[in-house]
Amino acid sequence: MRAYITAMPQTAIEVQSLRKVFSGARGDVVAVEDIGFSVPAGGTMALLGGNGAGKTTTISMLLGLLTPSSGSIRILGEDMIRHRYRVLPRMNFSSPYVELPHRLTVAENLHVYARLYAVRDRKRQVAAIAEQLDIVDLMDRPAGRLSAGQKTRVALAKALLNRPEVLLLDEPTASLDPDTADWIRTYLEQYRRETGAAILLASHNMAEVERLCDGVLMMRRGRIVDQGSPAELISRYGRRNLEEVFLDIARAEDERVPA
Amino acid sequence: MIGSMNRIAAMVLRYLYILRGSWPRLLELAYWPTVQMIIWGFITKFFMGHSSWVAEAIGVLLAAVLLWDVVFRSQLGVSISFLEEMWSRNLGHLFVSPLRPYELSLSLMVMAFIRTLIGVLPAMLLAIPLYHYSIFSLGLPLLAFFVGLMIMGWALGLIIVGLILRLGMGAESLAWISIFAFAPISGIYYPVDTLPAWLQPVAWATPSAYVFEGMRAVMFEGVFRWDLWGGAMAVNAVYLLLATLSLLLAFKSARERGALLQQGE
Repeated sequence: MRAYITAMPQTAIEVQSLRKVFSGARGDVVAVEDIGFSVPAGGTMALLGGNGAGKTTTISMLLGLLTPSSGSIRILGEDMIRHRYRVLPRMNFSSPYVELPHRLTVAENLHVYARLYAVRDRKRQVAAIAEQLDIVDLMDRPAGRLSAGQKTRVALAKALLNRPEVLLLDEPTASLDPDTADWIRTYLEQYRRETGAAILLASHNMAEVERLCDGVLMMRRGRIVDQGSPAELISRYGRRNLEEVFLDIARAEDERVPA
Repeated sequence: MIGSMNRIAAMVLRYLYILRGSWPRLLELAYWPTVQMIIWGFITKFFMGHSSWVAEAIGVLLAAVLLWDVVFRSQLGVSISFLEEMWSRNLGHLFVSPLRPYELSLSLMVMAFIRTLIGVLPAMLLAIPLYHYSIFSLGLPLLAFFVGLMIMGWALGLIIVGLILRLGMGAESLAWISIFAFAPISGIYYPVDTLPAWLQPVAWATPSAYVFEGMRAVMFEGVFRWDLWGGAMAVNAVYLLLATLSLLLAFKSARERGALLQQGE
């Protein structure tokens, strides 16, 4: 895997001085404040932080769903703010909080998205992804009648239909039992190894982040307060695991957080 | 271009899947136009014995009812298809796909056309055995009227989509009620000059007023008034322009507020 990343030194995601301010009747709310980071092709980066830290806002800006107040986002070399339609066919997204149409069957949903992403040989690709994610038995069921875990797997199937070079995942194993969650993590590792895709994920599962990610961005109140590999962060904070680091950062006063 | 057509086809397919999967939805599409046609058919029968104006042109009320439903179905076809995305909290997935707003708009318009046909065709056909009146006897002008009213429905539907994007699900009821504000001033059942003088310029600002005056010209005088049809299309062009601008502004605003990810019930 490392050799593959070395062979592809290209930066998949590059964010500079990104800022988002929401203006409302009660004044401005700074959701993301001057953040910058990059994810190499073939790398997996985690966005960690408590509720309201700015993770979802950051991912939304990367996806083009939210216009930044200032700053720049380049994905696969393209300016995402100005030319997102050049790069959207090459990326994808999955979140348990954004659902697929309930009344359509899983197969119908996947075929619609396969068309939207101009997937070649749609039938074969849909069948292949269904096989890989073990959702063949669910294909004729309406998406609204799936369990939470099944929905997560189907959403991941939709996110992988176009073999994305950049994959953004919001809590990819939420609602999954430990066995299925482990299976999904293995699948994502294999997908990254095979395709060299860059993955940026937001998760509250620290064990998952330790296993999957080369790099971690710790966010708090809209800022990146620390970053590094899981091992570096654990060592820097003198803790046993990433969960303890996370709690340190989440509970820390500003002056206690290492720069 | 091919990519665009493919994405529009994908969205049309998505809405057809919904229709196919629910027979009550299909039934609902044809239900109201049919009920309206039956009610107005009986009213027409009554007036034909009591009103010389109606008796002059058999079917003038029925034709008006059936054509007005074209605007209503067209507008509803656009806004309900969009609301399907809101109800299923699917906008986030759609707008991170390569689907452009104009492609979504075109797919909504195609679906509105299909839903309108499913809705009004059965009623138009049923009027033939029930009342011995065929709206198809209007000939080619019927096509012109249909196009003029269809476009008006599209434009109103897109404006409502923009408002729903801007205001959220609280604006959902606009999809159902807004068209009725146009009914009194569209000259559906009576000529525009029946309206008070001060209201007539407002009526002429609706494409439907031109269409229904044109319909009466065909039925009473046997002439197709190109000037009226031209007027309808000119006003339609303004409506479509306003609809496009309002939709683009709504998308821009939704992107600034983060509304595309948060929309839903």
